[in-house]
Amino acid sequence: MRTLDALRQEATQTWQALEQETRPRVLVGAATCGRAAGALAVIEAVEKARRERGLEVLVTEVGCLGLCCMEPVVTVYKPGRPAILYGNVTPPVMNEILQRWLLGDDPCLDRAIATVNGDRLDGIPPFHEHPMLKAQSRLILRNCGVIDPTNFHHYLARGGYLGLENALRMPPEMVIEQVKRSGLRGRGGAGFPTWRKWQLCREVPGSPKYIICNADEGDPGAFMNRALLEGDPHSMLEGMLIAGYAIGASKGYIYIRAEYPLAVQRLRTAISQMREAGLLGEHILDSSFSFDIEIREGAGAFVCGEETALIASIEGRRGMPRPRPPFPAQSGLWGRPTVINNVETLAAVSHILRDGPDSYARLGTSNARGTKTFSLAGKVQRTGLIEVPLGITLRQIIFDIGGGIAEGRAFKAVQTGGPSGGCLPASHLDTPVDYESLTAAGSIMGSGGLVVMDDRNCAVDIAHYFLSFTQAESCGKCPPCRVGTQRMLWILESIQAGTATMEDLDLLESLAQTVKAGSLCGLGQTAPNPVLTTLRYFRSEYEAHVRDRRCPAGVCRALITYRITDECTGCTLCARLCPMGAISGQRKQKHVIDPNRCERCGACLDACSYRAIVVN
Amino acid sequence: MSEQLEEILTRYARGDASQLIPALQQVQERFSYVSPEAVRQIARHLKVSESEVYGVASFYSQFRFEKPGKHTIKVCLGTACHVRRSDRLLEFFERTLNVTVGHTTADGLFSLERVACFGCCALSPVVVVDDEVHGRMTTAKAQRLLKKYGS
Ligand SMILES: Cc1cc2nc3c(=O)[nH]c(=O)nc-3n(C[C@H](O)[C@H](O)[C@H](O)COP(=O)(O)O)c2cc1C
Ligand code: FES
Repeated sequence: MRTLDALRQEATQTWQALEQETRPRVLVGAATCGRAAGALAVIEAVEKARRERGLEVLVTEVGCLGLCCMEPVVTVYKPGRPAILYGNVTPPVMNEILQRWLLGDDPCLDRAIATVNGDRLDGIPPFHEHPMLKAQSRLILRNCGVIDPTNFHHYLARGGYLGLENALRMPPEMVIEQVKRSGLRGRGGAGFPTWRKWQLCREVPGSPKYIICNADEGDPGAFMNRALLEGDPHSMLEGMLIAGYAIGASKGYIYIRAEYPLAVQRLRTAISQMREAGLLGEHILDSSFSFDIEIREGAGAFVCGEETALIASIEGRRGMPRPRPPFPAQSGLWGRPTVINNVETLAAVSHILRDGPDSYARLGTSNARGTKTFSLAGKVQRTGLIEVPLGITLRQIIFDIGGGIAEGRAFKAVQTGGPSGGCLPASHLDTPVDYESLTAAGSIMGSGGLVVMDDRNCAVDIAHYFLSFTQAESCGKCPPCRVGTQRMLWILESIQAGTATMEDLDLLESLAQTVKAGSLCGLGQTAPNPVLTTLRYFRSEYEAHVRDRRCPAGVCRALITYRITDECTGCTLCARLCPMGAISGQRKQKHVIDPNRCERCGACLDACSYRAIVVN
Repeated sequence: MSEQLEEILTRYARGDASQLIPALQQVQERFSYVSPEAVRQIARHLKVSESEVYGVASFYSQFRFEKPGKHTIKVCLGTACHVRRSDRLLEFFERTLNVTVGHTTADGLFSLERVACFGCCALSPVVVVDDEVHGRMTTAKAQRLLKKYGS
C-alpha cells in the first residue's frame, strides 16, 4: 500500500513554516456565522491596510471556533509574542488592533478574549481556560477555527488521513471491531451503535453497496454539522472513506441541505483535493479499495433527514419515508445495502482510527462513550458551538459553558433534540447528558441542538411552534401524522386564543399518545414530544391560559396587553415604528398605547431603550 | 430560454430520472424559478411525465414556480430565532412591504420567504437578503436593510 508520507512531509513543512512565519498573521473566523456577524468586512479592512499602508500581514479565513457570541473573532499572531484571540471585531476595531498591536506594542487587552498556543498574558486566560472552553474536550472540533479549511496541507499536517491509512492496513472486519471498541453510537439522533449498522450491511449479500453521509441537519436550532463541514471538511470525508472500506461500499453520497452553500463549496474543494491525492477513484493509495463520492443537495424538506425518505430523494422522488424493515442496511439506495451516517459520526470515525478506540472510549460514560458536539443557542449568555464529553450535566453546559441566562433573566427550560425532543425545566438541570438519561426525562439527545429559554418564553407557544413545524413538514403519507398533528395544532391555537376548555387539555394529551403510537416514521412518532414534555413540566402554564385566560410569559397575543410606564422619556421612537399607529404622545412626554388599535406585534417593545413598555 | 435550458440539461444523462432534483436545482439557479417551459423540457429529457416533475418539485420547499423579485428576503423561523421573536421581523416585513410570505411586492423589488433554520442560530434572529446573512436582527436594522436594498 502506498502512503501519503511524502505529501504529509511537505504538509508538515508548510505548517511549520507558518508557525515560524516572520510576518504577523491574522486568522479570521469566516464560517457562515462569522460572516453573518461581519467577518468579511474585517478581512477587507486588513486587506486594505495591507494595500494602502503597506502593512506586511498574512490573512487567512478559518472556520468557526465555536465562540459565536463574540463573533467576528480574530486571532493575531505577532512573531515572538503571545498569539491573541479578539472578539466582537468590527473593521474599526481591526484597524485599531493593527495600529496599536502590530505597529505598536499595545496588545489591546480590552478586546482580547484569550491567548492561544499556551502563551500567557496578564489578565487574559489561555484559550483552554476560558470559561466557555474549560469543560470542553475537542476531538471532533480540534481543527475548526484553527486550520484553513481549503488548505489540504493543513489537514494532513495535523494527522489527517492517518486514520484511513491505518484502516486500509487492516481487514474491514477489524475496522468494524475498532469502532465497536470505541463505543461510538450514531450522532444523528437515534444513537444506534455504529459498528452494528456497519456489520449488518457488510454481511448482507449484494453489490454495489453505498455509504451516505446525512448532512441534512434539518433540526432548526442545530448547526454543528454545518460548522464542522465549513471548518474541517476532510475530517468527515476521511470517515466516509473508512466507513466505505469497512462495509465494502464502492460509492458514497453526501446529502446536504441547500441552505448550507458555504459547506457545499468547502466539500467540493476538499473532494477535488482528495481526487488529486489519489484518495478517490480506483485503488486508493494502491490498495484494493476503490471508492468515489458524489454530493447531492437537498431541496428543503425536513423529512428527508429520515433515512428512507433521504434515499427516495436521492433516487429523484418525493421524500416519502417507507416502513422498515427492510432496513437500508439490507435494502437501501436502488435496493442495495446502504449505510447512512451523520456527519459527526463519520468525523468521529477518523479520530477513532487515527488515535485508537481507547482514546475515544476513555471519555464519556459507560453507555455513552466519547464526546458530542452541541449548538448552544437561545437565551444563554454565551451562544456557540461546543464539544463536551457525554455525561456532563445540562447545568454545566448552560451555566458553566454558556455563562447562564442572558440579560440577567431566569432560566425556564432547555429544548433538546429539536422537533423530536422536549423541553426540560430547571428541576432537570442536573440530568446527565446521555441518550438514556434524556429519554428518561421525556426528551431526547437528538442531533445536538440546545435552545435555552427564559421566563419570557411561553411553554404553550413553544409547543405550538414545534407542532406547526412538524405539521407543515409531515410528508402526509400516514393519517396519524397528517390528521393528528393538524388536530393537535388546532387545540393549541385555541389555548393560545383563550377559547379552550380543560377537557381540550386531556384531548390534546390523548391525541399526542395516538400520533406517537400510530405514525409511520420518526417524524410523526416524535412530533408530540414537545407537547407532552411541556404538558408534563409546565401544566400550570397551560391551565393559566385555559382557566384564567392569561399568558404568564406575556407572549400569546390574544391574552396580553401592552402599556407604557413612567420610564418613558418621550423619544417618539415607538410611535414612529408602530405599524398600527396605536401609539401617541408629545415629544419629551410620556406616550400612551391605544389598546384597541394595538396588535401586540412587539415592534415598540424591541425598540424601546428605556424598558418603558411592559406586557400585562 | 429554451437553448439555455437544453444546454443545462445536456449535463444529465437522457432518461436518468434520478437526476430530476439536481436538474430542477440547476434550472432554478440559472433562471431563479422553474417555468412551465422548464418543466416540459426536463420531463422530456429525463423521460418522466410532466406531472411527476411537478409532483416532485412541489414537494420540496426550495422550488418556486413564479418569477421572484429583484431581492429575496428570507426570515429564519427556526427555534433559536423563534425564541428571539423572529415572528416579529417577519410581520414587520409583511406590513412594511405589504406582501405576504411566499410572494413578491407589486413593484417586483422584494420577495419574502421563510427558512426553517439557516444554521446561524447563535446569532439569532437571522435574516438573509439574497445571499448575505444578517445576524442579531432588530426591527430597526430591518428598516435599514430595506433602505439599503430598496434604492
Ligand atoms: C424526521 C427525521 C429527520 C431526521 N433528520 C436528520 C438529520 O437532519 N441529520 C441526521 O444526521 N439524521 C437525521 N435523522 C436521523 C436519521 O434518520 C438517521 O438515524 C441518521 O442519519 C443515522 O446516522 P447515525 O447512525 O450516524 O446517527 C432524522 C430522522 C427523522 C425521523
Ligand atoms: S434557528 Fe434561525 S438560524 Fe437556526
